[in-house]
Amino acid sequence: MSQSLLEEVKNRDQVFSFLRPAEQPALNVDKQILLYLEGLSVSFDGFQAINDLNLYVRDGELRCIIGPNGAGKTTMMDIITGKTRPDSGSAWFGQTINLLDLDEPAIAQAGIGRKFQKPTVFEFLSVWENLELSMPSPRAVFSVLRAKLDGEQRDRIEEVLTLIALQEQRESRAGSLSHGQKQWLEIGMLLMQQPRLLLVDEPVAGMTHQEMDRTAELLISLAGRHSVVVVEHDMDFVRQLAGRDRTVTVLHQGSVLAEGSMEQVQNDRRVIEVYLGE
Amino acid sequence: MLWKLIREDRGGQILLAMLLLAIIAVPLLNGLPSDHPLHIPTYTVALLGKYLTLALLALSVDLVWGYLGILTLGHGAFFALGGYVMGMYLMRQIGERGVYGHPELPDFMVFLSYDSLPWYWLGFDSFWFTVIMVMLVPGVLAFVFGALAFRSRVSGVYLSIITQALTFALMLAFFRNEMGFGGNNGLTDFKDILGFSLQSRETRLGLFIASAVALMLGYLLSRYIIQSRLGRVCVAVRDAESRARFLGYRVENVKLWVFTLSAMMAGVAGALYVPQVGIINPNEFSPLNSIEVVVWVAVGGRATLYGAVVGALLINYAKTWFTTELPEVWLFALGAIFILVTLLLPRGVTGLLRRKEAV
Repeated sequence: MSQSLLEEVKNRDQVFSFLRPAEQPALNVDKQILLYLEGLSVSFDGFQAINDLNLYVRDGELRCIIGPNGAGKTTMMDIITGKTRPDSGSAWFGQTINLLDLDEPAIAQAGIGRKFQKPTVFEFLSVWENLELSMPSPRAVFSVLRAKLDGEQRDRIEEVLTLIALQEQRESRAGSLSHGQKQWLEIGMLLMQQPRLLLVDEPVAGMTHQEMDRTAELLISLAGRHSVVVVEHDMDFVRQLAGRDRTVTVLHQGSVLAEGSMEQVQNDRRVIEVYLGE
Repeated sequence: MLWKLIREDRGGQILLAMLLLAIIAVPLLNGLPSDHPLHIPTYTVALLGKYLTLALLALSVDLVWGYLGILTLGHGAFFALGGYVMGMYLMRQIGERGVYGHPELPDFMVFLSYDSLPWYWLGFDSFWFTVIMVMLVPGVLAFVFGALAFRSRVSGVYLSIITQALTFALMLAFFRNEMGFGGNNGLTDFKDILGFSLQSRETRLGLFIASAVALMLGYLLSRYIIQSRLGRVCVAVRDAESRARFLGYRVENVKLWVFTLSAMMAGVAGALYVPQVGIINPNEFSPLNSIEVVVWVAVGGRATLYGAVVGALLINYAKTWFTTELPEVWLFALGAIFILVTLLLPRGVTGLLRRKEAV
């Protein structure tokens, strides 16, 4: 080790490798799979929240995940976004990016966006500012200090404002929005981020039926360009999202209970048992 | 360029205008004959200058507490460190005029039978070295402290407690004679700064003006940060830290840099404070002092910057008045002000003047 370090220092024709920032490998989805979760397990104080979970999300897919309370849905999102470390297993973003090596900001910058269960926006800032901060741009402190919006970025914010129907509220404090509007703003912030993978935790909680329909439409329109993983309790909404041919995954006690189209899943005997009891 | 920083900041415009006015008016009024009704005595000039340095300290606290949500109960430590650095320079300026007449060693070192200057006292005979150290010493301490605390995600009340512990530990350390900073007597008996006598009217005016300018620069620098996208990220971190993380911001770095900058501002404030009050001792590290600063900011109005200045000036004026007129009542009055403001004016005194929609 010390020998190699010495050689390294003696080699003066390039920057020492320990001074070079670790380079993030580019996303690679050659195999059409964007997210690999394999053999994940995590327990909190003896409670097995995730138990040998295996899940693959295809590039551009819209995937619905359902499951009773405590099935590990939110914990799974916590692992993908770097908030929780699993006890064992692996999580890869594409074939090259090991999610378990990265922390939350690095994972966000790699292209994974997350919407929380409870709408989480920056209440004190205006709608416009909320979107501005979500924009993909250098995140280092000094770049942020000097950052200015250019015309293209303004157009992008306008575009998202229109999409989430908050043009009129652009100058309002996000804290003054209604619950549904906050949900939309948070979705808008995710759209600004332009992530490759969107994790959406219960997006329609507290929304009216109309708003639900619009949310479903929006999420469906996003699939293709982005991969979208939706965790939801509301069965009508999941039915609407999954349609006939999209995959639905049922989680139970921290692992995958069933996977298939909505119809298959609904007729699966084990799923019925878990949901209805025996 | 400068105007852009305060274009939408009414309170800041008024504050800066008043400071400019004070820079011009105070020397003029001080120059009037002493029986003139508008005459400002020189000791009042020094008092005003002291208030301004405390206002700068309050400003630095508002930057981290108001905008980043870090309730620091130890900012007095950075202020006192800046003060000690300046004190070391002023001690070295005394030279042979000390009681023991030693050409190099300050009196307390002669008394404690030191043979030569400790290594960390070297260089402080140079003013410019001192100026750099005034910012560097608090800055480095804040950087190291912040790097440890923010990386390990200590926040909220736990962070407040360890900032408190930091200043308490420094106080205990500085009380020790072995530290080489004069023990519980601290550093005092200063003679002159840059060759000008500290007792003279002109030097007092100069220090007053320097304090006012430092406060203005500190204000503009804080505004520059608050106005930038970094300022909005600060508010974002304050209100929803994990959201900011999931958007890709390195929360700990944002906190670290702003905290360090704020500590440097506090250090400058301390360095300007010491020549005007003529002494620095370990009591400046007392946790109570740091808590008082937070009270000033709360009274003035948190997260406005100018509110911190207003709060610092108001409370310190009240303190001066009470401690001369009704000394035993002061602490009760301070407590009462804090409770009343928290209950009745959650946005502070300046919140009364702000329009509703601005909030």
